[in-house]
This record gives sequence, C-alpha cells and structure tokens, in this order.
Amino acid sequence: MTQLTQAPQTSQAPDKSVAAPRRSARRARSPLHGGPLAYAVLIGATLLAVFPFYWTLVAASRSNSELSGATPALTPGPNLFHNIGEALQQAEIGKALLNSLIVASVVTAGVVLSSTLAGFAFAKLRFRGRGALLALTVGTMMIPPQLGVIPLFMVIVKLDLQNKLPSVILPSLVSAFGVFFMRQYLVQALPDELVEAGRMDGASLLRIFRSIVLPVARPGMAVLGMLTFMATWNDFFWPIVALSSQNPTVQVALKSLGQGYVPDQSVVMAGTLIGTLPVLVVFGLLGRQIVGGIMQGAVKG
Amino acid sequence: MALSSTARLPVGRPAAKRPGRLRRRLAPYGFLAPFFVLFAAFGLFPLLYTAWVSLHRVELQTSERMDWLGFQNYTRLLADPFFWNALRNTFTIGVLSTVPQLLMALGLAHLLNYRLRGRTFFRVAMLMPYATSVAAATLVFAQLFGRDYGLINWVLSSIGLNPVDWQADTWASQFGVSAVVTWRWTGYNALIYLAGMQAIPGELYESAAVDGASRWQQFRHVTVPGLRPTIVFTVVVSTIGATQLFGEPLLYEGNSGGGISHQYQTLGLYLYEQGWTFFHLGRAAAVAWVMFLLIVLLALLNAAIAARRNRTDR
Repeated sequence: MTQLTQAPQTSQAPDKSVAAPRRSARRARSPLHGGPLAYAVLIGATLLAVFPFYWTLVAASRSNSELSGATPALTPGPNLFHNIGEALQQAEIGKALLNSLIVASVVTAGVVLSSTLAGFAFAKLRFRGRGALLALTVGTMMIPPQLGVIPLFMVIVKLDLQNKLPSVILPSLVSAFGVFFMRQYLVQALPDELVEAGRMDGASLLRIFRSIVLPVARPGMAVLGMLTFMATWNDFFWPIVALSSQNPTVQVALKSLGQGYVPDQSVVMAGTLIGTLPVLVVFGLLGRQIVGGIMQGAVKG
Repeated sequence: MALSSTARLPVGRPAAKRPGRLRRRLAPYGFLAPFFVLFAAFGLFPLLYTAWVSLHRVELQTSERMDWLGFQNYTRLLADPFFWNALRNTFTIGVLSTVPQLLMALGLAHLLNYRLRGRTFFRVAMLMPYATSVAAATLVFAQLFGRDYGLINWVLSSIGLNPVDWQADTWASQFGVSAVVTWRWTGYNALIYLAGMQAIPGELYESAAVDGASRWQQFRHVTVPGLRPTIVFTVVVSTIGATQLFGEPLLYEGNSGGGISHQYQTLGLYLYEQGWTFFHLGRAAAVAWVMFLLIVLLALLNAAIAARRNRTDR
C-alpha cells in the first residue's frame, strides 16, 4: 500500500521511451509480441463484453411475444420506437433523464471543484495535520458508503428532503477518491517552482490557485469529471432509498420498470437502452481518455 | 471605473500585509474546508452514528424516536437464520464473482500488454461494461438467464444440454448474479493490472529471457511479483465491493427478498429488507455495523496474507 502515494505517471513515462528501441532489438523472441492466439482471445473477450449491449438493442426493438418464442430473435426488429414510447409512459423516464442529468452535473461540478481545492492543498502546501488529514481521507475510501445510509436517511427525513433531488446531490458533492486523485495528479503535474514564483510576485493563494493551479489541473479535472459523471449517473443504492418512482433518477425508474407485475421484457429493455445510451455516447466520444484516466488512477507496482 | 480601481490599490496593500501571515497560515485549511465540512456531515458522522442507532429501536415511520435497546438488535440478528443465510450467500457470491473476475482480468491485461494492432480499441471495448449501471446490466442479464425464454438456456438446449433454472436453483442463481458482477468489472480490473504491468521495467523481462525463462515463467516470476501491490489493491477493493453487493440481487428477479427462498439474498439486500421493507432502521443499522466489522476483518486478513507472502518470498 505504500505505492498509493507514488506519483501516477512517473513510472510509466520513462518505461515507454527507454524500452522502445530495446524491445525491437529482442523482437525475435520478444514475449511482448502478440500472436494469433492473443488476438483470438481478445476478440472473444470483446464479443462477450459487447454482446449484452447488442442484445439490449435486439430485445428493445422486438415485441414481447417474439422474445418468448421457441427460437429467440437474434437481429433487431421494427418495434424500437413503439417500445421506447411505452417505456417513457410507464416509468416517468423522461423526467428521470432530466433528474439524472441535473444530479450528475451538479455532483460532478461539486466533486471536481472541492477535490481540486483540497488536492492542491495536500499536494503543494505545508500545514499542521497534513499527514493525518490525508490518511483520514485515503482511509475512508475503503469504507463503503452504504454503512452510513441509515443516519443519512434520518437526516434527510429531518431536513424534509425525502424524494427531492437535493437528498441525492448533497451527500455526493464531495469524494475522498476525488481528493486523492487530484492530489496525485498535482504532485506530478504542478512544479513547486511555479507556485513559488507566484508567491514571490506577492499573489495571494487564491490568486495562485486561479491563475496557476487551475490551468495546470485542467486535464486531471476533466478525467475526474468524466469518472464522477458516470458513477453518479449509474448510482443505485442511495437514490433507491432517498427517491421514489414519482420523482426518480434513471436508475430508480429502471427498477420500477423491471418490477411490474408482468414486466413486458421488450419495454424493460427499451428503458434500459434509454438509460444507458447517454453514458454510452459519452463513452464512445471519450473512451480513450476514460481508459487513460482509470489507468492513471491505478496503483502502480 | 479605471480611476477607482487604481485609487484603491495603494490603500489596500499595506493594510493587507499585517494579517497576511496569519491568513497565509490558515489558507490551506480554507482550501480543505469545502471538502471536509461536507465530508464530515455526510460521510464521517453517519458512519459513526450508525453504531449509536444500532443500539436503539428506530422505526422507519417514526424515525425521530429512538428507544434504547443495548445489544438486543445484535443478539436478534445472530439468532435470525436469514442473517446467516445472507452472510453465507454474500461469501459464496463474493468468491464466485471475485475470483474468476480477477484471474480473467490478469490474463487479459497480460494480452493487452503485448504489442498489438488496435490495442486502444480492445481497451475501450473491454471497459464498455463499466459504463453501464448495475440496474441496466442486471435487467439485461436477468433476461439472458431467463428460465423459459432466456437466450442462454436456448443455447444450452440447442447444443443438447439440459436447460438450467437460473432463478430458483441456489447455485445457478448465485452464478447468474455473479456473472453480472464479473461482466461489469473484469475490463476495469484488467486496465488496473495493465497500468501496473507497464510500470515493470523491461530489463527484468530481458534478463529473464536471457536466462532462458519461458513466457509462462516470465509471467509467473516477473509479472506477478511486480504486480503484487496492484493485486493486493484489487483484491481489497473487490472484496469490499462484494461485501456490499445490492443492486444485482435486488433486480435479478425483481423481488427484494433475493429469490423466493432467499437463495441469493446478500447482506446488502438483507439490510435493505430490514430497513425499508420491514421498517426496522435500528436493526438495519446493526446489519450495517456487522458489515463494517466484516470489511475491517477482511482487510486485515488481506494485509496479513500479503505480508506473509512477502516474507516467504525472500
């Protein structure tokens, strides 16, 4: 676990630049060269990863009776828009989409801002209690949020926020992971000299933060923002507890869609498709960056 | 406008200088404040307060009222066969999902670390399940695992095997729930491992190859030891994840009890049932605190195993 505090990219960059020429020199017996078997396995794994998405589309575009035939349909059919219409009607999905968008946007803004502020302080400022506070933050990353859910619920009831969007937004506005992530990013990306130079010029810390730290932190903030948006959009447990199907997020709406007395499977799949599509679009556009972000946040050996 | 701002400057500066030192010493805390204030209110306080709530009778409809019970919630819990059932299910589903998931992730990461055409494509494709929600993934898998019209049973019977009751049968339903978890997280863990692998110096492989080590030996003696901290990290994180499994069993068959005979009810689901189906928030808090102790225990166990392996290797 000591590696947790290691800067994210240091170990990666030299490896690539130095090892490249050497790799080609030993390519003849290189263990790092993929053969046909590697491709076969990876293509198989890719198909397994992608198939459920394809199946969602197939099921969402068929009628329920076609799905329960002796031979299930394997290609998309003509009923997509009809089923989507049904889903929109049955489970307030339109409202749910808007709610999810609001919640995810506000939470993302809050997490990115609070994490960048605290991450900067942990990365570049000296103050009393720094080590202890950082250890507290990192330590609680291991504690599942579920464990505080009962008092949280009681607080929400007391504040009369039950079934209202702030009940979902407030507890998620900050994230220990976010602070840790931004700290790791800034330790590496922000040279001490730059902060010192700002101080020499007599700039206040807030000013330094605005005009030096923020521009440097932007790529890290973007990655954290994407991860936070996805996680918030997909969050399930707390929204189920705090919201009802009258004012749902997308995930709460999906739950009520799946739990009807006789759920129409093709309508359920249409709802699933609508609920997943926004994140998939984001993922399609920014997949490469998301991959990079996750690998950056990983613990290096 | 310009005039007023230039006029203010010389006045403002010397005045700001004296309290400047104090302000500078306090400034870092200002940067931390937004995080720690909210974190204390919605993160730390509820966690600790859960323990207090668990010692009381608190009902959902009258959650303002707390009657002291001492450890009764806990003794009741330990006498409830459904608690032990949920504990056992959490363990078996945890093993069924975590072990294959991490092993496959390790293998895939190894392949993704090769020099490959289109490796960015593979990485992105493999992470796609991570982009779905628990709800969406579970609803899709529940359909694929359907007993009568599910695609998986159709494939099984078309190759001459007996269809499986993926919902009512204990092992089969637990396998189904685990499949959702495994599908969503394998690619994510593969990327974590890949990041760790790229930090292993190339020279190690080179000297191993010079010593005549086969690919498998290189994987065993260079890659795996080099990845140890990463592996410990993923084991801890996925164990914690498995301990709180909730959405998958809740939506797998659309009933909040975790199957007709609770055959795949997890602790997370049991907690939800106690609190929000039966309205016993105090008892639910006791479940939460037991879960917390379990996680601490598992983390310590992981740390001990990691420490012992380190010693024996030397």
